Amino acid sequence: MIATPHVDWFALAPTLSLLAASGLALMAAVLVPRPVRRGAGAFLACAGFVAAGIFAGFLDARSPHAAAIVRDGMWRDRWGALAQVILAGSGAIAVLVSYRERMRDEHIAEYYALLAAAGAGMVFFVQASNLMTLFLGLEWFSIALYVLTAIDIDLIGSLEAGLKYLVVGAVGSATLLFGSALVYGITGQLAFDRIAAAGHAHDAMLVVGLAMVIVGLMFKSSAAPFHMWTPDAYQGAPTPVTAFMSSATKIAALVATYRVLATAFPHDEHLWRYAIAAIACVSLAWGNIAALVQRNVKRILAYSSVSHAGFMLIAVAAANQLGARALLYYLIPYSAMSLGAFAVVAARERELAAPVTLQNLAGFGWERPFLGVSMWVFMLGMLGFPLTGGFIGKFYVFAAAYDHGFWWLIVAGVIATMISAYYYLGIVRAMYFRDSAELRLAPAGGSPPRDALLTLGVFLSLVVTVGSFFAVQPLIDVARSAGHALPF
Amino acid sequence: MHWLTTILIVLPVAGALLVAISPLTTYWLGSVAALVSLIEVGVWITCASKLDFGSSALQLDQRASWFSDLQVSWHVGQYRFSLWFVGMTVICMAACTIYGWWVGRARGRAYFALMLLLTGAIVGVFTAQDLLLFYAFFEAMLIPLYILIGVWGGAERLRATITFVVYTVVGSLLMLAAIIVFGLQQGTFDMTRMGTSSSTWLFLGFVVAFAIKSPLFPLHGWLPITYRESPAEVSAVLSGIVGKAGLYGLLRIAIPFFPEPVHDWRIVLLILGSISLVYGSLLAFRAPDFRGVVMYSSLAQAGLIVLGLFANNSLGFDGAVLQIVNHCFVSTALFLLAGMVERRTGTRGEFALVGGMARGRPALATLIMAVGIISLAVPLSTTFAGEFLILAGVFQQGWIWAVIGAGAIVLAAMYMLRAISAVLHQDVGPMVDDRATDLRLGELAIVVPLALCLVGLSAWPNLVSGRAHASTPTELVAR
Repeated sequence: MIATPHVDWFALAPTLSLLAASGLALMAAVLVPRPVRRGAGAFLACAGFVAAGIFAGFLDARSPHAAAIVRDGMWRDRWGALAQVILAGSGAIAVLVSYRERMRDEHIAEYYALLAAAGAGMVFFVQASNLMTLFLGLEWFSIALYVLTAIDIDLIGSLEAGLKYLVVGAVGSATLLFGSALVYGITGQLAFDRIAAAGHAHDAMLVVGLAMVIVGLMFKSSAAPFHMWTPDAYQGAPTPVTAFMSSATKIAALVATYRVLATAFPHDEHLWRYAIAAIACVSLAWGNIAALVQRNVKRILAYSSVSHAGFMLIAVAAANQLGARALLYYLIPYSAMSLGAFAVVAARERELAAPVTLQNLAGFGWERPFLGVSMWVFMLGMLGFPLTGGFIGKFYVFAAAYDHGFWWLIVAGVIATMISAYYYLGIVRAMYFRDSAELRLAPAGGSPPRDALLTLGVFLSLVVTVGSFFAVQPLIDVARSAGHALPF
Repeated sequence: MHWLTTILIVLPVAGALLVAISPLTTYWLGSVAALVSLIEVGVWITCASKLDFGSSALQLDQRASWFSDLQVSWHVGQYRFSLWFVGMTVICMAACTIYGWWVGRARGRAYFALMLLLTGAIVGVFTAQDLLLFYAFFEAMLIPLYILIGVWGGAERLRATITFVVYTVVGSLLMLAAIIVFGLQQGTFDMTRMGTSSSTWLFLGFVVAFAIKSPLFPLHGWLPITYRESPAEVSAVLSGIVGKAGLYGLLRIAIPFFPEPVHDWRIVLLILGSISLVYGSLLAFRAPDFRGVVMYSSLAQAGLIVLGLFANNSLGFDGAVLQIVNHCFVSTALFLLAGMVERRTGTRGEFALVGGMARGRPALATLIMAVGIISLAVPLSTTFAGEFLILAGVFQQGWIWAVIGAGAIVLAAMYMLRAISAVLHQDVGPMVDDRATDLRLGELAIVVPLALCLVGLSAWPNLVSGRAHASTPTELVAR
């Protein structure tokens, strides 16, 4: 007779509902007749994400005190729960964006099954409270994403991107695993809080292990210099997958990073704080400068996501309550802007049946007014302009850095923002200031495809992006109570 | 609690949304925008009637918490002097919006929505009493301007937008860093509750941003290409109103909150103001086109106003406020007139191509003459009153500044008379067609009110200067 641990099913409900959606979508791939398979898969995945979001919302409301569950394998706390809500929202919008993507019909249900599985891995990952579950969650969503990146096997770029992502991602996972082994070796503990309690703070092996754990997690958050897979994977993957990766992966990785560092390595705070600050600066510099010379819009956005990882890492480096709040707040408009921007790119891509560049974006703003204005708002948001949550997010991140005395991180962030103005506004310029007539673009298949679901996804992203500017107080309140789950 | 100031900000923004979504033709959209901008003027008149000019306190204010953990709030209101900033904004924005309607700008839906959005943002800048809110409006001005220049501008507009944005974004982000540090140091972002700071770095963060916007030598590099490539009414907005946001920032934020750095850096800013004044005047004298004269004269005027502000006494402040209002009307009127000349000749207003336009066009000639004469500070004009106050104020800082300022008035006469004669008199230019009409009724309806405002102020400059008085910067700081 094996003694099974007590399982808090309610705390696992977000993960389980996504797993269920994934399983059902796989069954649909076999059992549902082909004409309705696409709809069935999308519906199941969307329902899974919505259910996960609702469960996570309840979990957030009913977990005022952090508690370890399932034999210390996971945390039931507001930090994880709020991240799950954001993740679920991103996933649901990603499903809306995916619906009309021209993908091979025979594998369409598998696509949604993988999307839900990746989401399940992420919501599991942000709850992880020991090194085993952390690694498990990481591999879980990563493997799903490798396949999703390469799912469009007709596109040579997609296969290439998947392979690159797989190889580089495997390096990251291996680094994380190696680091975990070192940490376990020196402390004899797996659970984060016990690693902290074991108190080997200044042991060289622990510090090396810590460094490797950080590197492994930074691969997933695509922070420079561990971002090399990002532009290629983002460019090659089907655009809805890119949208999902750019928002959800970043949410999961950064939230987990903050948890690991704060709970497992509080005694080495003076070390990892500077390491993270350095990575943040490199990401800001590299992401923004590399984005300047890109012509492909997906690559620009990929580098922009590297730079945003830098901004959010400033909040991590601050390592205080304000930083925790800033990170969670920042993630909300960021994920919306990122999803929305890639959704608009997807729409243009479907019109032209060609990769979207600054060149062939010309006139888009006038041809599709709603998508154009939305893209404009997303770009302003990423730039950190007012009327979008991106502005408040940056403000909070800088405030957190100042609160800790890292005023030089504010300077770095401000300079990075100045540089980023060029390419974000360059996209606006491409959409509005040039005329498409001079390019003689032939839209693929006549008039632009009507795509209500994608428009709905963009609209929701727009609402979150702009709404988070006005509704700062409620969002900050939930972020604050989530931040209190971390020990500072 | 007063809703009026909030209404002043929200009304044009709501109008912009209405224009953006209502299913009307361009003509009717323009009429909606014109109507909204005129209602805005009406709301401002209501504000002016409710304001107690005897009090130097913040009035018509409204405050609501935005997010409490960092003490940021929606706090808007008007001081006596801010009322005039808002007034000149709503009047000149109405003139520019209606000019766009009259000209029939292409892609009207976007155009009118952006003009209204811009109105709301600028009014927000002049009324925000929370630093972060101020910054939000300050940045928000850039969004419509970027598109307005980039879409409706001249052939070199792409380069113009990049130059403009690079300068402004650099300045405003330096200011953001300063705002964050200053606000967190003070524990609140509410300007009415903040104390002073002695940090030179913070002061410079603000001053650089405002000096770029004003613009002030040597940060005026964006000025030539931006003003030449923008549509005429957008140049008018840039020079007449948006530039004033920088000067307002100096008056409302940089000077009151940083008394010690102001004292230490006063000489530097006076020198920069003097250089802007003289250099701008000389550039205006050499400018080959009508817009060139007006835009460099606005650099010179910004320099003069900075002299008044950093005279740091009530004469100087009153003169600066009066001169800001004067120059707003002058600059808006002249840029719009320049636009009208350009449209009639199909040129960019080059003096080599236009000329002799007074013949057969009495209305055009009278208006250019009248506004031009007022702008060069002829005695009895309101600009004379403003410059006199500024010079009297700055004289207390040292006679040399007053000498420079007085010398610049002579230069102003030189460049403005040159421009007037080059456009109106001399030989008929090669591009001036006899069929090019005099100002039409619609154009008169736009420019004449601006000219009348100037004439009215000339008769009664004390309306502004006497009612700005005693809101001196030191009274704006909480104790």
